[in-house]
Amino acid sequence: MGTRIGNRTLQFEKPIAIRSWATVAGRKEGQGKLGRQYDFVIEHNQFGEKSWERAEQKMQQYALELALEKAHLYGHQLDYFLGGDLLNQIVATSYTARALGAPYFGLYGACSSLAESMILGSCLLDGGFGRLAAVCTSSHHDAAERQLRYPTEMGVQRTLSAQWTVTGSGAYILDQGHGSWQITQAVPGKIVDRGISNSSDMGSAMAAAAVDTISTWLADTGGLHQLDYIVTGDLGKIGYEICKNELTAQGYDIAGKYFDCGMQVYHEEDQDVHAGGSGCGCSAVVLGAKYLPMMAEKQHCRLLLVGTGALLSPLTVQQGETIPGIAHGVLIEYRQEGL
Amino acid sequence: MEHHLEHSIQHREKRLRHLQEMDKSTMEQMLQDLREEHQHLVAMEAHSVDGAEQGYYQQLLEQNEDQSLMVQKEIDTRYQKQIKTVTPKAPLIKNIGRAFLVGGLICAFGQLIINAVMLQYGLDVKEASPFASITIVIITAILTGIGVYDEIGRYGGAGSMVPISGFANSVVSAALEFKREGMIYGIGAKIFQIAGPVILYGMLASVLIGLIYYVLGGV
Amino acid sequence: MLQGVLTAFLVGGAICVLAQLIIELTPYSITPAHILVCYVVGGAVLSGLGWYQPLVDFAGAGATVPLSGFGHMLVQGVLEAIGEDGLKGVFTGGLTASAFGITVALTMGFLVAMVFNPKG
Repeated sequence: MGTRIGNRTLQFEKPIAIRSWATVAGRKEGQGKLGRQYDFVIEHNQFGEKSWERAEQKMQQYALELALEKAHLYGHQLDYFLGGDLLNQIVATSYTARALGAPYFGLYGACSSLAESMILGSCLLDGGFGRLAAVCTSSHHDAAERQLRYPTEMGVQRTLSAQWTVTGSGAYILDQGHGSWQITQAVPGKIVDRGISNSSDMGSAMAAAAVDTISTWLADTGGLHQLDYIVTGDLGKIGYEICKNELTAQGYDIAGKYFDCGMQVYHEEDQDVHAGGSGCGCSAVVLGAKYLPMMAEKQHCRLLLVGTGALLSPLTVQQGETIPGIAHGVLIEYRQEGL
Repeated sequence: MEHHLEHSIQHREKRLRHLQEMDKSTMEQMLQDLREEHQHLVAMEAHSVDGAEQGYYQQLLEQNEDQSLMVQKEIDTRYQKQIKTVTPKAPLIKNIGRAFLVGGLICAFGQLIINAVMLQYGLDVKEASPFASITIVIITAILTGIGVYDEIGRYGGAGSMVPISGFANSVVSAALEFKREGMIYGIGAKIFQIAGPVILYGMLASVLIGLIYYVLGGV
Repeated sequence: MLQGVLTAFLVGGAICVLAQLIIELTPYSITPAHILVCYVVGGAVLSGLGWYQPLVDFAGAGATVPLSGFGHMLVQGVLEAIGEDGLKGVFTGGLTASAFGITVALTMGFLVAMVFNPKG
């Protein structure tokens, strides 16, 4: 069984390996910075389906099956499936679970769902309740737009703080056993709400939660020097700046170590996305397409993934409520085989 | 009745006068105390023997919540200050130029239609101007259908929103987007998503003005 | 053929710029629905005060094509109907005058939704 370090960091006792993963991305994402690194880029955002929602579900299905194939596994061998998405009542993930036939926990942490699923999946495996778990999250730009903002064909100018919901899905197979990529620690997030109610400025709303989680981990384990990368989920340009400034003000010199997944997806100038990418799919595709492979360039590498979520709903936005932010941290370690 | 919570609230009230000089950890500690106190107060209210006691605790709860709000607000304000410094300024001149260009062109196009109709059919301006609106609405509907108007909107901002084409786009895009939810709850209900408020408040304004006009005897 | 086109361009453009300024310079998040409603109501009020008709006379489509012109049309419809029908006209004039605009937009919306799918 794992232990607690400091205030609220979890230390897993058993080795939890990320055995394989796969990413599926939309057309616009495929034309972005990581275009060739995705396992699958869909031609059209409808993915041959009759609705955006079904397209999102199909992306999850593909991501999951590709990840299983890489691990030489089948869905029925999984002990658990955990995940979530941005559709109302997280239906995309539930439909994926329906096709999979494995025990399922549907989780909602908005864009932090991937990190949330990884933490709880690791807890299940560390607790000895199974050997294999899959985590999968997704988001779809058009499905999110119609649900949270406007019809997709409506001509609306976007503000500079607005982010672009990533069309994409990432699936990760967690295995209780040794492997090159291991999940060793985790920091469950607390809700932080700094009174921001502008739904097109979610980066600022989430940045405070990211700061809380990162500084908690640093205080609990005492080691910025042990870290190679801190990667937040989807703060975007504005949230990234706030997070960096706050951590620097607290005395942590994170320059050169800190990155944000939301800023890695699109070409900033050409693709007209303003502050960057966002959504459950954002950290899910960037982690798999960029950061996990990047870790393997070193012999030993430690990355703190901080999934950030803005826990609002269209209803609360219209009622003028403020946006509760959350950030879940997962420490991923890479060790070259044989070391 | 227990009075120590009342004292604690009064004591805190004094400290809150120096809220602006407090550091963040002090404020967070205070918020935690307030939450604990809140829990005790709720329990006491629940266990009250009569209305008077209940009222007493309700009042303390209100004070407790006000204090929480005050501290939270101070934390929020300090955080929000820095958002402004890192948020990029919107390119005002560029956006205004684009709005002017796109809006102006749509109106100029409307004028061309009016002129053409007047010339062709010998109508006066008043009879001819509906033709301009109808033509613009039909063209916008098709542009929305083939997925072009949202790009114009992203470029033109208010310039493509304010002319009648913006109204048509809001109607057509809503109908298009929600067709998958069926004829009744999809297209039927959602087609009015933005057109509904526009028609409602336009109509109310005209009724109100009409009533005033009528009462004043058509002055 | 080209008479009034430049005026329509300038005045129509200026009316749109006003909306852009409202969006950019107010601290609240202003949605398209807010702008459209404000323009219709604003046009109706100006029309009621008798200030919008001179603008229409001057700028033609520059004043009738923006949604403020829709508000103007509603009010003018009401005022005309009052002249004919008295009190009943208060309730019939507005929608009668604007019926063509609403009907064409809704019909086109329905037809386009039948033919096309959203491209995203």
